[in-house]
Amino acid sequence: MAQTKRDLLVDPLVDNNPITLQVLGICSALAVTSSLQVAFVMALAVTAVTGFSSMFISVLRNQIPGSIRIIVQMVIIASLVIIVDQVLKAYAYEISKTLSVFVGLIITNCIVMGRAEAFAMKNPPIDSFIDGVGNGLGYGALLLVVGFIRELFGAGSLFGITILPTVNNGGWYVPNGMLLLPPSAFFIIGLLIWAVRAWKPEQVENREYKIQVVEDH
Amino acid sequence: MEGLLSLAVKAVFVENLALSFFLGMCTFIAVSKKISTAIGLGVSVMFVQAITVPTNNLLLSKLLAPGALAWAGFPDVDLTFLGLICYIGVIAAMVQILEMVLDKFFPPLYNALGVFLPLITVNCAILGGTLFMVERDYNFAEATTYGLSSGFGWALAITAMAGVREKLKYSDIPDGLQGLGITFITAGLMALAFMSFSGVKL
Repeated sequence: MAQTKRDLLVDPLVDNNPITLQVLGICSALAVTSSLQVAFVMALAVTAVTGFSSMFISVLRNQIPGSIRIIVQMVIIASLVIIVDQVLKAYAYEISKTLSVFVGLIITNCIVMGRAEAFAMKNPPIDSFIDGVGNGLGYGALLLVVGFIRELFGAGSLFGITILPTVNNGGWYVPNGMLLLPPSAFFIIGLLIWAVRAWKPEQVENREYKIQVVEDH
Repeated sequence: MEGLLSLAVKAVFVENLALSFFLGMCTFIAVSKKISTAIGLGVSVMFVQAITVPTNNLLLSKLLAPGALAWAGFPDVDLTFLGLICYIGVIAAMVQILEMVLDKFFPPLYNALGVFLPLITVNCAILGGTLFMVERDYNFAEATTYGLSSGFGWALAITAMAGVREKLKYSDIPDGLQGLGITFITAGLMALAFMSFSGVKL
């Protein structure tokens, strides 16, 4: 089944989203979304790492011996993450402070490894690059949606610019403080998954147990 | 001693790796369907965490930190930028060695934990533990305590989660929330519950 390049890029956005369907890479998705700016930088960083790691792994795919492939993939991914980390420290020091350990944790982000293992080891470099970017964008899209909700309703601003003036600053909006706390990210993602699956019913998981109505006699 | 104790309590409850930093979420969600497997994975994480965090601490202070190579005649060398790649190497190697040692000397333990060990290399909780240790400048004793207790906190969280999910599968959940959706919401509620520990001080 030949996928066109466009499919490779667009598919992971909704139909096969890495977070809502493949359950990959949620670790960092939740922690960095309390403000939109940070979520945006994180989305960019992950997209860059997934795209380029898929491309390099795909270039080397015929040279990598099967038994040590995980280590080789790790080394490639770790090198790319170091580059991203150093770039962020040099040009966006404030944001890199807020992201703290989560830049380093891109290494163990399952999306990167998952795409390397499932796609890049079997496909040519260009396709792998597009697939990696697509998955990075799918991840980024969800990150931005969650970041949008959390920052708008939790702090009344977007990208740090006030949209809903809060009561503390003489406005009318009473911010929902819980949205800035970690648990809210779980709720928002849970509800987003519900929304996506209500829209695309073929993604619904099968029940392990079914409640049946027993007619009484 | 008191400092270490409060650090341990903090790492288990207040700064629980799974529920307040979302580390190791992929495995947390994927392997929490049964209590027995969850306990197995939890114990393995604790074990690996307790070994890798102190090892990486030694690595950082003896080889990578600015000036650490003075004994070899390079007092100006700062290798901290190589940190990430070294830590992940140490973790991968440690997991591999642990697997071999367990297989050779403690077969029952190996049979119980064996399947989970390879999974742990890519568990963000392990690398996250190390990175937090680096960021907060722990010394060796603190690093050991932190590794052990943060691993324990993660094990506690995944076991509790598995317990909830075992009951949850009998409930009537709307179609779209089935599986992943409701799991996230449960995790959110658990995280809220854990937040009540945040006032605890020793």
